[in-house]
Amino acid sequence: MSVQLPPATEPAPGPIPPGEADGRTAKARTSRLRLTVRRFARNRLALFGLFLLVLLFLGAYGGPFLTKWDYQQHDFLNFLSSPSGDHWWGTTQGGVDLFALTMRGLQKSLIIGLLVGVLSTFLSATVGAFAAYFGGWTDRVLMWIVDLLLVMPSFLIVAVLSPSFRGSTWLVFVVLLGAFSWMITGRVVRSMTFTLKDREFVKAAKYMGVPAPVIIFRHILPSMASMLIIDTVIQVGAAVIGESSLSYFGFGVQAPDVSLGTVIADNTTNASTYPWLFFFPAGCLVLIGLSISFVGDGLRDALDPNAAGAKARSHRKKSGKKQQPKRAPSATAAAVPAQTPDAQETAS
Amino acid sequence: MGRYLLRRLANYLVLVVVAAALTYFLAGLSLNPRAKFEGRNPPLPASSITKTLDEYNMNPDTPILSRFGHWAEDVVHGDLGKTIEGDDVNDDFGRRVGVSTRLLLLATIVGSLGGIAVGAYGAIRQYRLFDRFSTLASFFVLAMPVFVIGVALKIGATALNDGSQTIKVLGEYDPQYAGQWNFDALVNRAQHMLLPALTLIIMQVALYSRYQRSTMLDVLGSDFLRTARAKGLRRRKALVKHGLRTAILPVVPLLVYNIVLLFTGATFTEKTFGWHGMGELLVDSIQKQDVNSVATVGLFTAVLVLIAGLLSDLLYAALDPRVRVR
Repeated sequence: MSVQLPPATEPAPGPIPPGEADGRTAKARTSRLRLTVRRFARNRLALFGLFLLVLLFLGAYGGPFLTKWDYQQHDFLNFLSSPSGDHWWGTTQGGVDLFALTMRGLQKSLIIGLLVGVLSTFLSATVGAFAAYFGGWTDRVLMWIVDLLLVMPSFLIVAVLSPSFRGSTWLVFVVLLGAFSWMITGRVVRSMTFTLKDREFVKAAKYMGVPAPVIIFRHILPSMASMLIIDTVIQVGAAVIGESSLSYFGFGVQAPDVSLGTVIADNTTNASTYPWLFFFPAGCLVLIGLSISFVGDGLRDALDPNAAGAKARSHRKKSGKKQQPKRAPSATAAAVPAQTPDAQETAS
Repeated sequence: MGRYLLRRLANYLVLVVVAAALTYFLAGLSLNPRAKFEGRNPPLPASSITKTLDEYNMNPDTPILSRFGHWAEDVVHGDLGKTIEGDDVNDDFGRRVGVSTRLLLLATIVGSLGGIAVGAYGAIRQYRLFDRFSTLASFFVLAMPVFVIGVALKIGATALNDGSQTIKVLGEYDPQYAGQWNFDALVNRAQHMLLPALTLIIMQVALYSRYQRSTMLDVLGSDFLRTARAKGLRRRKALVKHGLRTAILPVVPLLVYNIVLLFTGATFTEKTFGWHGMGELLVDSIQKQDVNSVATVGLFTAVLVLIAGLLSDLLYAALDPRVRVR
């Protein structure tokens, strides 16, 4: 799974080159990449977010090796004991070491978040681009499905379906979460594709006989790579919260598996008297969300300097008023990706 | 404008019907009401279980299409069927909508006005102390699932109470005040309402203020605001009348959708604080394998989306003169 990590969290090597690979020189590519990295690094909050995220990953996968306790092991001498040198974060009612348990839950929450983020962005990009590129009935049918999925109460549907994947793998859960979180971005991709499809490079490819799917995946989608990258990051955050919410009621990750949601749910009954049972896992959950929104914000500013993000604005102001008029023509195009990430949060 | 709205309405209606039907099919196929009866002690004879299930139109052995036809016919006649306990879903539904309304009314008003105020003020005083603090705080809140906020507030209240019962953490009112509306009962209700309302308000202020801040920032640099100031309007008046009014527009659909959908979306708040509203029904009905109640929640949510869609179209038209001209 760690293979999946770089594209979703860092602007670096992964996703940008494909966008630039066509028709631009290698020099232009490195310079834009370097520019993005530099802009990102200038944003202290974003760097801090990235640092936190890396730390969480290291903790989730390295943490269990640091402690002698296993998340399935019961310490029968310590029930509900408070944090100590022996049990760093205390123990649960069943005498399970909370640190080991939380790290295990953190692993699952992070993986599910990542997979759902990638899946839902892929879905929204594909559906949105195909709908707009082909237009006509394809567009109508696909957009009707989008409307329908938006009307359907997603929490209810996933919860209702949860008994049918009890006992099977948690990957089913990933697919379900992904299936209900792509619609709003899908609409944004669609409207962006509408403007892109009349551009010369798309028309040229079309009249050279390049098949439509190739045009979409090689020419259209890479042109909105920055928006898609940002969206993936935001979706990861939304998915982590969505996953934990469903798991909290027992509709998500099932028994042998542990996620932060189930860890918190199992321990809320004792939360008032033994607050650490709540604060450690909940704190991890909040840290994931915080770090992801910091990284997402930094990425948005770094990749899309025209976006209406707050930080981008400050750079504009600093660089003088000359740049203000420049914004006008691209204002609509830039405003769209800037608003998606926020819109996603409501969807969750 | 009228024709446009009518077409939207027709489209929404079809969507509602399809969404409600799909929810019913999914619930009917995936839930197992029989298990609810089989676990009883003393055990019930299989024939009587089947009879009860048939009576409630929940027998998994009846073909789903026939069950759905039965359900749809009843719903069209205003009957939502029986719950798994044998009560009318209608009564339960009515009671729960009342509970949710009482919880949400105040919380949404305070939450949305607060969110707009915080966001707009933060934008005007960009990068000042207030803005930095509110931005960081809303990031923090948005990183938390609702149940985390709820439980954290609960823990905080327990610590604050210190053994007394000033802030109540469970239920809508104490049982002895049931059905009463005198002063004591109202105080009691207020004590119960504090925490869940606070949870909802915190969530909403955090969410709306982010949007409001970014739209307000867009407006602040605009020419028409400078014109308004140039023609001699006071700063405050220009900001409120020309700035805020324009900046609220893009936030309106979001506000409407969120507020309307809170009716079933306040699940975590209602569950955490033991309010028996619609949100609680969403979780409870699934856990009880109560097909008819699940279907009701699905139908209700779909109708809410319809209402929200129309309401936001209408509100948008009312607030934005440009839409009316078209």
